[in-house]
Amino acid sequence: MSDPSATAEQPIYLDYQATTPVDPRVAEAMWPWLTERFGNPHSVHHSFGQAAEQAVEAARAEIAALIGAEPREVVFTSGATESNNTAIKGAAHFHAEFGKRHLVTTAIEHKCVLESCKRLEREGFEVTVLPVEPDGLLDLDRLAAAIRDDTVLVSVMAANNEIGVLQPIEQIGALCRERGVYFHTDAAQAVGKIPLDVKAMNVDLLSLSGHKLYGPKGIGALYLRRRPRVRIEPLLDGGGQERAVRSGTVPAPLAVGLGEGCRIAGAEMDAEAARLWQLQRRLRERLAAGLPDVRFNGHAERRLPGNLSVTVPGLDAETLIEHTPGLAFSTASACSSASVEPSYVLSALGLGDADAAASIRLGLGRMTTEQEVDAAADELCRVAARLRAEGKTRLTGAAARAAGE
Amino acid sequence: MPVYLDYNATAPVRPEAAQAVADALQEVGNASSVHRFGRGARRRVEDAREAVAALIGCKPSTLVFTSGGTEANNMALRGSRAERLLVSAGEHDSVLRVPGAEPVPLRPDGRIDLDALATALAADPRPALVSVMLANNETGTIQPVAEVVEVARRHGARVHCDAVQAPGKIAVDAAALGVDLMTLSAHKLGGPQGAGALAILDDGPLAGLLTGGGQERGFRAGTENVAAIAGFGAAAERARAELDRMREFGRWRDRLEAEARAFGPAVRVHGADAPRLPNTSCLGLAGVRAETQVMALDLDGVAVSSGSACSSGKVHPSHVLRAMGLGEDAAGSAVRVSLGWASAAGDVDRFLESWGRLARRHAPADSAA
Repeated sequence: MSDPSATAEQPIYLDYQATTPVDPRVAEAMWPWLTERFGNPHSVHHSFGQAAEQAVEAARAEIAALIGAEPREVVFTSGATESNNTAIKGAAHFHAEFGKRHLVTTAIEHKCVLESCKRLEREGFEVTVLPVEPDGLLDLDRLAAAIRDDTVLVSVMAANNEIGVLQPIEQIGALCRERGVYFHTDAAQAVGKIPLDVKAMNVDLLSLSGHKLYGPKGIGALYLRRRPRVRIEPLLDGGGQERAVRSGTVPAPLAVGLGEGCRIAGAEMDAEAARLWQLQRRLRERLAAGLPDVRFNGHAERRLPGNLSVTVPGLDAETLIEHTPGLAFSTASACSSASVEPSYVLSALGLGDADAAASIRLGLGRMTTEQEVDAAADELCRVAARLRAEGKTRLTGAAARAAGE
Repeated sequence: MPVYLDYNATAPVRPEAAQAVADALQEVGNASSVHRFGRGARRRVEDAREAVAALIGCKPSTLVFTSGGTEANNMALRGSRAERLLVSAGEHDSVLRVPGAEPVPLRPDGRIDLDALATALAADPRPALVSVMLANNETGTIQPVAEVVEVARRHGARVHCDAVQAPGKIAVDAAALGVDLMTLSAHKLGGPQGAGALAILDDGPLAGLLTGGGQERGFRAGTENVAAIAGFGAAAERARAELDRMREFGRWRDRLEAEARAFGPAVRVHGADAPRLPNTSCLGLAGVRAETQVMALDLDGVAVSSGSACSSGKVHPSHVLRAMGLGEDAAGSAVRVSLGWASAAGDVDRFLESWGRLARRHAPADSAA
C-alpha cells in the first residue's frame, strides 16, 4: 500500500514537547544581533556593547511580563536544565549551613530535576520523592505531610513533558508559603502555553526554556523572587554577570529570541490555547474512533492544550514509530527516547511495563494544522490496525521482558 | 560607522557562522529525538564537533559542548575531583573565582612563575589540578603551557587550559601542549555567543556540572544548542582557514604600538616582553583612567575595552596587570585594543587619531605633543 506522507515530503511534526520550531518572527528578531549588532552585552563602555545590553534588558522585560515578575528577578541561563540545576542545587547548598537538608519533589519531574536531587542525596541531603495519583496529579495532603522543619525546597513541575498534566501550582505555592519553604517549579512546558503569575501563585523560583516556546535552544531563564528574597549559591562563578547568580556572557541573539518568543506567546496565548484544545479533542476523538481500545494517560482536563499521551494496548510503540515514517513523534521524553527503559512517568501513573511500552506522546503546537491532525490520526489508526492484523505487535525491550517474551 | 577593536570581548559573527545559525533555526528538531527531525539536528551537532576538533587537533569524541567558556571552566575546575586548584594569577575570573582556587604568581612579563608553581605543588601532596590559560584576554600573553604541563606531571597534577582566546589567532595543538582539559568558546572566534566546549583529553574523573537527560555522553545535560553549535562549527572552520591573516593583523598591531609610543613617555605597552597574540595590544596611558579613555574613544566612534567585559560597569584596576607587578594607577589606566577577522588597516588609524588626541590633551607637558 502506498504511503504518500512517508516519502519525499517532510514528516508531520508531532513532537512539540521535545522542541518547538523557531517562530519565523523570533528568527527575524535575532538576525540583526547575529550580524551587524554583535556586541558583548557586558561591554558597557562602548556603543556596540550598550546596544546589546539594551536588547538583552528588553528581552528580560518580556520574560518577566509573561510570568508576572519584575525584570530584575529574571536571570538568563543556557536553558531549563541549567535553571533547574541552579535552583535546586543552589538553594540546597546555600541553606545547608542553616540546617536545611531536605527537599521534596515528585516522581514525574524532568530528569534534570530528579538527577539534581540524586546528586544532592549523594552529598548527604535527604529527598522525598512523592508519588502522583493515577491521573498524574500530586495529592496536596501528601505534599503537606512531606514538608518538614528542615525542608529547604519543594520542586514540582507546572506541566509534565510526557503526559501534559498541569499541577495545582497556586495551591502548592500557597502551601509552601504557609510552611515557609521555597517553592520551585519547572515551568519549561507551561510558560507561554498556560497563564502563570509567580506573584499570585507564590512561586519562589521558576525555570523556563526558549526552545519550548518557539524561541531558540541554548537559552532559558530562572526567576528568583526578590521579596521575600530567595538566596541560592551560583552554579557558575566568574565575571559576576546576572547579579553574580550566573556568570558567563549572556548570549545577546539568543536572549533576544527568548524575549520575542515570550512576547508572542503572551499576545497569542488565549487564541492559540483554544485552537490547540480543539485540535487535541479532534485527535483524541479520531483515535478513539479508529482504535476503540485506545487509552489516554493523564488528567483529561488539567493538561496542556497541545499534548496527548496515548496507549495502544499490546502494540509496541517503537514498532508503531518504525511503521509511521510520515509522522515525527516519540515514545516519551527526548532525552530518554533512545533508552529501552519504560517511561518512569507512565510507571508513576501506575501503568505496567507492557502498557508503558505501548504508549506514545503526541505533541501539537503553533504550526500544527487541522489537516495534519486528521492525517496523523488516520495514519496512526491505519498502521496500528494493519500491524495488529499482521500480528506485528512485537514488543521489544522492557515490554518484551514484561510480557515474558 | 564606529570602529570595532574589541575582538577579545566578542568577535563579530562571521557570515558563514550567522548563516549556519539561521539555517539551523529554520529546522525543528531536538538532537536527542530519534525521528528524522532529531537526526537532522544531530548531524549538525556532530559536523560542528568535527570542525571544532580540527581547530585544536583533538578527536571529536573528546569535545563536550557547553554554553560557553565560563561553563567549561567551571566544569573543569569543579568537576575534576582535585583537592587543590592551582591557577595562574592572570586567569579569567571564571577560573580565578571558582571556590578554592589558589593563585600562582605571574612574572613581570606576564607569564606564570614556573618555580612558584613547582614550589606550590611540592608543598602539598594532595591531588591537584593546575589551570593556566593559553593566551591572556587582556595582554595577549601566551603562557608556557607545555612547560606548565611538564612541571605538573612531575608532581602528578592534572592540567586544564583555558584556551578561549587562542584558536584562530595562533595555531593550537592540544596534543602537543599535553594538557588534560581545554576550554573553548565560539564567540571569541567569530561564532555566536552561547556555545563553548570542554575538551576532555585524558581519562581522569570529571563530574558534570549540569545533571539531567544525559546528553553529551553524560558530561553535560541539557538539550543541545543546535544552532549556536552549528555556528561554532562554521566559525571554527573559517578561523582555521584564515589563520594566515593573523600575520597581517600582527603587523598592524606592531605599527599601532610603534605610533602609540611616539605619543610620549606616558604611553606604555604592557606584556610586550613575552610572546603574545598577534591581535592584542594592551596600552597604558599614565594618569588617565581606563574608563575615561574607553568612553572618550567611544565618543569618537572607536570601541575598545578596559580589560575584560564582565560584570557591568565597574572598572577595577586590571588584576592581570596587578599580577604582573604594576601599581594600582598603572593597572587602572590601560586599555585593550584587539583586532580580528573583519578589521581593516584604517581601523588602526582611527584608534591612533582618537587616542593620540587623548594622550596629548592629558600630557600637555610632553615634548612629543
